[in-house]
Amino acid sequence: MQRLFDKMVTRAPDGGSAAAGLAAARPAPAPRSTTLFQVGGWLLLAAALIAFPATGSGYLLFMATLVAINVIATAGLNITVGYAGLLSIGHSAFIGVGAYVSTLMMIHLGTPLIVNLVFGGLAAFLVGLVFGAPSLRIKGVYLAIATLAAQYSLYFVFQQWTPVTGGDRGLSVPGVNMFGLGDKGLYYFVVGLMVVLLIVARNLFRTRVGRAFIALRERDYAAEVLGINVVRYKLLAFALGAAYAGVAGSLLAVFLRIVNPDQFTLLASVFFLAAVVVGGQASILGSILGAAFMTLMPEILREVLEIFGPRGTADVAGILSPLREFIFGALIVGFLVFEPRGLAGLVDRLRAGGRKD
Amino acid sequence: MLQFLEFSVIGVASGSMYVLAALGFVIIFKSTNIFNFAMGEMMMFGAYLFFAATVQLQLGWPLGIVLALAGSILTAIAIERGLLQPLLGQPVIVLVLVTLGVGSMLRGIAGLIWGPDIVQLPDFLPRAPIFIGDLLVPGKLAWGCLAVGIIATLFILYYRFSRAGIAIRATSSDQLTAEGMGINIRRIFTLTWAIGGVLAACSGIVVGSLNGITPTLGLVALNVLAVVMLGGMTSVGGVVIAGIFIGWVETLVGAYLGAAWQAFMPYLIVLLVMTFKPAGLFGEQQIERI
Repeated sequence: MQRLFDKMVTRAPDGGSAAAGLAAARPAPAPRSTTLFQVGGWLLLAAALIAFPATGSGYLLFMATLVAINVIATAGLNITVGYAGLLSIGHSAFIGVGAYVSTLMMIHLGTPLIVNLVFGGLAAFLVGLVFGAPSLRIKGVYLAIATLAAQYSLYFVFQQWTPVTGGDRGLSVPGVNMFGLGDKGLYYFVVGLMVVLLIVARNLFRTRVGRAFIALRERDYAAEVLGINVVRYKLLAFALGAAYAGVAGSLLAVFLRIVNPDQFTLLASVFFLAAVVVGGQASILGSILGAAFMTLMPEILREVLEIFGPRGTADVAGILSPLREFIFGALIVGFLVFEPRGLAGLVDRLRAGGRKD
Repeated sequence: MLQFLEFSVIGVASGSMYVLAALGFVIIFKSTNIFNFAMGEMMMFGAYLFFAATVQLQLGWPLGIVLALAGSILTAIAIERGLLQPLLGQPVIVLVLVTLGVGSMLRGIAGLIWGPDIVQLPDFLPRAPIFIGDLLVPGKLAWGCLAVGIIATLFILYYRFSRAGIAIRATSSDQLTAEGMGINIRRIFTLTWAIGGVLAACSGIVVGSLNGITPTLGLVALNVLAVVMLGGMTSVGGVVIAGIFIGWVETLVGAYLGAAWQAFMPYLIVLLVMTFKPAGLFGEQQIERI
């Protein structure tokens, strides 16, 4: 049975089976030969991440931290959408749950960030179960509708439960001073956590649970025959994605120092869906690339518009928001039609090409 | 009591506004199995095309309607032929994601061309209020409701009795058999999207002429999902009743509890339907529980 799962995971993306095209076409977890070259590469990457704040630019540090937070959220959505094949279009609402829970704990209980993070993730996990439970019992894309309902219901709660959430104005979040390093400390903390969560996600798909997710995505009847409890694992996959979102939300709250309902709209959810599709579904590398691309794209777009676009900042802002919506949509559609494996697929192909030469 | 009746009448009339878009949604879902999240945006886009033809090009409303419908049909066919047919056979989640992306694109295009501000469509529906006994019904709403009724009836007649309508129904009940009987399935898919486009544009024009249009009209129209869930994904008659019911509940909730509750109401209904009767009130019992 294990062998069969392995086959499912490693099935090559042939044109015929689209699901396989979406699947991680990652090489078989063959006996791992970690070469000196690879170790050197990882060390170099680690050194670059550690040395990064030394560039001294506050803006770069800000963007880097934001990218890292978005990577965590995207990795979560990728577990749900990419690995388990469940469509969630309310991801930002779960980020919101994490952000609010963590902020409220910080304000009222004064607990340290690391505790708040755990509870933020846990709260999002539980809320995910509540919204996932009715829809995942039914076959079909009902989860998409349920998550849309979650998006609007949770927004409604954030906005209307004024005594607790501060309504439209939201809550301002007290700053945290991580490791006594201020912004840099937060950067290190976020990046460290990102690395840990990515490793957890990656290793998850070598365990019984992760393989079950993939089996479900490929063919749920077959998975059921193999003794996988379909409903339980679907729920778990969805709630796990939500938990990642919750953790990302907690980080986002302390990072931006403010939580308000307008951070958690449908557009934000589409943003993360685009990140998953652009980066590459069912791929950890894809989550990283997608989140980085999507976070930096609007910034680059703004720069370009300021140079070539109409004069005046009001005009730029007026164009930027619909342009962003258009580009998010076009990226989702374009990648699904032309490059279903996303940027990660492109990277894989480049690597394979390099090896041939 | 009079106030309650008045709100009820308004609610029923505004609920009928959902019906057309919901019908478009159902017909696409039935024949192609695609959950079209771009329905609201197709509606919004049709309304903007009407706005462009009548207000910006000054063509008068009859020609405006023709152009808006034609543009909407072309958009729908472009989506179906250009993006969805190449992806046929892929997991449903991919197709649904594509419609979500298309929706976002249409919203962006409308924002880029027509800007974020609300615009008013020309008054082609009479304004004068209509009195039923002591009840006052706003004129536009009453005439809009009538227009919806006529279009919905025409659609249902077409769907029941025309050759193409029968082919669509055959396709939705069993694709393989339909193909065996000589029905060109791909052409049916395109046809249903075209009809969906017509219904979306009609719905957008009627709704838009009541309250004006913005690029986010499509998001409001996501309420249509609630209508479709309640009526049962596959039931043409069901969505008519569900649309009217949801409009009624929504208006009452809005009147007595406030606008935020009004926006939230349809989603509460969605969750309740999913929990207690996933097939909807009138849907075929095709729902497979796991």
